[in-house]
Amino acid sequence: MAGRKRKYPQKLLVELYRNLYMIRVFETRCIKLYRQGLIRGYFHPYLGEEAIAVGVCAALRPKDRIASTHRGHGHCIARGADIKLMAAEIMGRETGYCGGRGGSMHIADMSLGNLGANGIVGANMPLALGSALGSWVRGTNEVTVAFTSDGGVMNGTFCETLNLAGALGVPLIVVIENNQYAVSTTVEETTRETELYKRGIGLGVESHRIDGNNVLEVYDYAKDAHKKCVQGKGPVLLEAVTYRHGGHHVNDPGLYMPKDRLEDYKKKDPCLLGRKFLAEIGAVTAQKIDEIERKVEQQMEEAVEYAVNSPQPSVEEFLDDVRCYS
Amino acid sequence: MSETAREHPAVQKASSGNPRSIMYREALREALLEEMRRDASVFLLGEGIARRGGSYKVTEGLLNEFGPKRVIDTPLAEATFTGAGVGAALTGMRPVVEILFIDFSMLILDQIANQAAKLQFMTNKQCSVPMVLRTQGGAGNGLAAQHSQSLEAIFYHIPGLHLAMPATPYDAKGLMKSAIRSDFPVVFIEHKLLYMTEGEVPEEEYLIPFGEASIKRPGNDLTLVAWSNMLPRSLKAAESLAEEGIDIEVVDPRTLVPLDKKTIVDSVRKTQHLVIVQEAVRRGGVASDIASYVHEEAFDYLDAPIEIVAGLNTPIPYNLSLEKACIPQEVDIIEAVRRALARTV
Ligand SMILES: Cc1ncc(C[n+]2csc(CCOP(=O)(O)OP(=O)(O)O)c2C)c(N)n1
Ligand SMILES: [Mg+2]
Repeated sequence: MAGRKRKYPQKLLVELYRNLYMIRVFETRCIKLYRQGLIRGYFHPYLGEEAIAVGVCAALRPKDRIASTHRGHGHCIARGADIKLMAAEIMGRETGYCGGRGGSMHIADMSLGNLGANGIVGANMPLALGSALGSWVRGTNEVTVAFTSDGGVMNGTFCETLNLAGALGVPLIVVIENNQYAVSTTVEETTRETELYKRGIGLGVESHRIDGNNVLEVYDYAKDAHKKCVQGKGPVLLEAVTYRHGGHHVNDPGLYMPKDRLEDYKKKDPCLLGRKFLAEIGAVTAQKIDEIERKVEQQMEEAVEYAVNSPQPSVEEFLDDVRCYS
Repeated sequence: MSETAREHPAVQKASSGNPRSIMYREALREALLEEMRRDASVFLLGEGIARRGGSYKVTEGLLNEFGPKRVIDTPLAEATFTGAGVGAALTGMRPVVEILFIDFSMLILDQIANQAAKLQFMTNKQCSVPMVLRTQGGAGNGLAAQHSQSLEAIFYHIPGLHLAMPATPYDAKGLMKSAIRSDFPVVFIEHKLLYMTEGEVPEEEYLIPFGEASIKRPGNDLTLVAWSNMLPRSLKAAESLAEEGIDIEVVDPRTLVPLDKKTIVDSVRKTQHLVIVQEAVRRGGVASDIASYVHEEAFDYLDAPIEIVAGLNTPIPYNLSLEKACIPQEVDIIEAVRRALARTV
């Protein structure tokens, strides 16, 4: 495995853990806000899947791009989003990333190359393909990552995207976040070939199945995939296997998820693993790690403070804004 | 379906031997259940409809009774499982395909517009497509731009489809049963805010034919035409105005294709004023089309220009107050009624 050979600088390990923990804290805190009625609509937590976004985004350069999903908060944070603006958007405030127009499912930050979350499962893949296609046409080598899901793989856009990407050789990485469920429907119920990466092989695309809870393994494979794309040897498909820590969205108790399975996965909690890597490989003391965590928690509280005190968007301005559509 | 049942809900109560109140979603479930018991060719396809029983519990328990061959959980492959519904309908089955949000029906337009709607015509009636596309639309839950649209006009536009948008449990059940028995492909649009609303539904079996509007409230001063979730809102507006002595007739077309123009035109001839309320955006909407028919057939009877109350021409925002600003509210309806009556010459 690629991971064994690589050296991980302490700085990288700190950054990885900080992001893992930030996503954990962001989602946990926002779920509380949701329960308090400060957030409405759909909210799909990324809890339990943090290592995928963090490992992949750590392998990218500022000029690269990502296209996210309905479960997009983790991708945002890993890509360096400002959690103040994220929290404000999720609370529908004027100061949020999309001025309260988008909400959880539509956060985007074009300045960071984050083409946005997407409420239509599967729709982000052609968009990501187009982004990579542009790089290919221009002869620049930005790499685009399309995050998708076990459910997204079942949509025609997955095969069509990967096929065309492969035919042209564009710099695209498709990352399947296989959390084993589409809402309550299991992968086994919806396909005969449950090892989803094999679809890529069928299309002649380099494809791997990896442990989506292990941030270093994700990082290693993403780094290799990124290198291939930069060298003009893309696309690459990665299937990162993971498990949600709860239901499909905040209002789904996830009763259909077997308890023992969840317990098994919690033993492989991506945050615990990340902390372990930081201590063992990075030789960072428990005290220092605690300090990192407190800092993250403090940043989150500041973000909540900022969002809660932000104004609601003005209806008059909105009406003025949308006049162009009439 | 008797004449009386088309009238005011109070009349419905009298005609049904055994009145009881159930929710819109339960009425739909009963319709599916009864039709599946009656006809083994009826089966269901959709996401999370079997084990989970659907996002709004409409298909709850059906897997237990009918098994996994008649209640099928599909992958997230909307275009293909809808096309499979069309193919099954073409060859002797009566599938009910569910698309979770009408917004996602944009993924299946080829199968609906170019296949389902046209096969009977193109083959000179060698076949029919007796399929129901069940879907759900509308705003109000903060689900933002890709989960809140009212897209009936897109299906309304395409010849070869029938289109139902029931507003009450009674209509939902009777129309669903007719939709399943219809040899036309039917687009059946529910509203996410209606699933938990209650209304009287008789125990006995009944059907509601397509193309029959329902006068939900008789009146003499002005006709309000509204469907889906704009019906309860319009009825409320009518009640408020009744306190001022304004007597409004509320007509729900129930099916937009075929459209019961006669009931609408007759009502306008009587009241001489028309306000049409739709949640969908104004541009290219069904309301404009209804207005054009009324112009053709009752122009001389109108005492004031027709008013249309419609959604704003914009994608739906997430924020609550912005969302509200896009969708017709009771006050908007009341204001339109006042405008129409004030302009009476
Ligand atoms: C095209 C489309 N179909 C259906 C939905 C409704 N929906 C939203 S999330 C979801 C399940 C997605 O499961 P998966 O793709 O595995 O992603 P996960 O939620 O597990 O991250 C469904 C069915 C949608 N948003 N878009
Ligand atoms: Mg999944």
